[in-house]
Amino acid sequence: MTTSNRAETTPMTYDVEAIRADFPILSRKMHEKPLAFLDSAASAQKPRQVIDAVSKVYENEYANVHRGLYQISEAVTTRYEGTREIIREFIGAAHTHEIIFTRNGTESINLVAHSFGRNFLSEGDEVIITALEHHANIVPWQMLRDEKGIVLKVAPITDDGELVMSAFDDLLSPRTKLVSVAHMSNVMGTILPIKDIIDKAHAVGAKVLIDGCQSVTHIPVDVQALGCDFYIFSGHKLYGPSGIGVLYGREELLDEMPPFMGGGDMISSVTFEESTWAKLPHKFEAGTPAIAQAIGLGAAIEYVNGLGLDAIGAHEADLLKYATQQLSSLEGLRIIGTAPTKASVVSFVLEYAHPHDIATIIDRAGVAVRAGHHCAQPLMERMDVPATVRASIGLYNNRADIDALVRALGEVQEMFG
Amino acid sequence: MSDDLRELYQEVILDHGKNPRNFHEHDGATNEARGNNPLCGDQLVIYLQLDGDRNVVNASFLGKGCAICMASASMMTDLVKGRSADEAQSMFQAFHDMCTGEGDETALAEDMEKLSVLSGVREFPTRVKCATLPWHTMVAALKGENEISTE
Repeated sequence: MTTSNRAETTPMTYDVEAIRADFPILSRKMHEKPLAFLDSAASAQKPRQVIDAVSKVYENEYANVHRGLYQISEAVTTRYEGTREIIREFIGAAHTHEIIFTRNGTESINLVAHSFGRNFLSEGDEVIITALEHHANIVPWQMLRDEKGIVLKVAPITDDGELVMSAFDDLLSPRTKLVSVAHMSNVMGTILPIKDIIDKAHAVGAKVLIDGCQSVTHIPVDVQALGCDFYIFSGHKLYGPSGIGVLYGREELLDEMPPFMGGGDMISSVTFEESTWAKLPHKFEAGTPAIAQAIGLGAAIEYVNGLGLDAIGAHEADLLKYATQQLSSLEGLRIIGTAPTKASVVSFVLEYAHPHDIATIIDRAGVAVRAGHHCAQPLMERMDVPATVRASIGLYNNRADIDALVRALGEVQEMFG
Repeated sequence: MSDDLRELYQEVILDHGKNPRNFHEHDGATNEARGNNPLCGDQLVIYLQLDGDRNVVNASFLGKGCAICMASASMMTDLVKGRSADEAQSMFQAFHDMCTGEGDETALAEDMEKLSVLSGVREFPTRVKCATLPWHTMVAALKGENEISTE
């Protein structure tokens, strides 16, 4: 089934079983049990449309981009650059040259830390993050702190996993030069009030980076309406290939920022005395890029657009509610992250079994979840748990997946309870 | 429930996991080391008391971890008491080989046979480190290293 057909024939209903049929891996078994894949927050599965788009590049039109003076190179360059327009529209950016391709979300943040941070921040300048950040939005700023002497401040969260807004307000000052926060917690699902955060940060003259790795798959994003300076996300969580990520930056900032890496494709001219940089976006894209992966990401966004993020979000919210109800009924289970505004992720601990043991047992029942610290060790410490089990919901999950999880947790209870 | 799961989580392991032996700090410790598994966040500290001839007079541990890790640490601290440092080191090698499948439980010395209950981890590659972390940490403590990470 193609997405355009679906949009025409079923505009009002969300046919999750038809959608599941688009994802070949969902029909395989794990340990001879139907696969209940509840780990999309780590990396999502790919629909046939994405797999085919990537295969088609390699089978029909693969060549390097921006170089070849022959038909297939020109064709693949057009497709590759066309993906920028798909992304621009998806996040509401003003210009396609504000869309920079990276390897993943982590590289996008590191690009900003290197190019913006090292050149525009100096000793004593403050960067604010929150207590619920992924390591990718902590470590680059610590490295910058050690190199440049900036001050890294952490806005606290409540026991429910919400940002303490008054404490964030107190951290803001004229010394704040950058606020870098997640749009959505990868561990707890909390949606942060980023519009409010952006407005308040701008009021003191700070720039704002939003880590959208978790959110872009669930929530429509309009970077111009939000007014953020940078917005980053990865392709692989958005049902696209791994190896491709995105940095959106406002044109005037990207223009002022020096290149991140030097090499081919990012120059205007090179002599042994000096080089001049290419214009945006290529200034930030040294070397041969992830060509098929970028085109695959374009196909993934078109797939998501075909279903509609509002419809996806509503389906996932319904499942999250169901999962929360079902899990809450289990004895000894405690949900970590109970903010009123959250999406698609439910983390929990059992008082009688360690998350690692839980994951191993339910794996044998065909249920794939993440167990551990989720690249958010400071958050684990804040919530006073060594690790959690995280079930995360994607656009293809159904109630049977949640039921399989709950049933498998019954086996854990049988053994450990 | 599958047989390999029952093999992994035998009663003995569940018992050691729930009621770990030697689970306390040791004031007289001469050697101690901290072990981390950054993959899952498991952390433990092994305390050893060595006498002048490098015999392990006492052993204990503290930490947070899964049932496999806790059971392994519990049984290990029981077993190394009264051994020489060299014997403890050889026990580590035999145990390690059993867990990774390079040796089998029949190769274990008679007095180490009870460790064979942990041989089920061979069927669970992601869990081998859970069983071996306490042992790696114990060896680090013997060598006078303070910290070890399994990655």
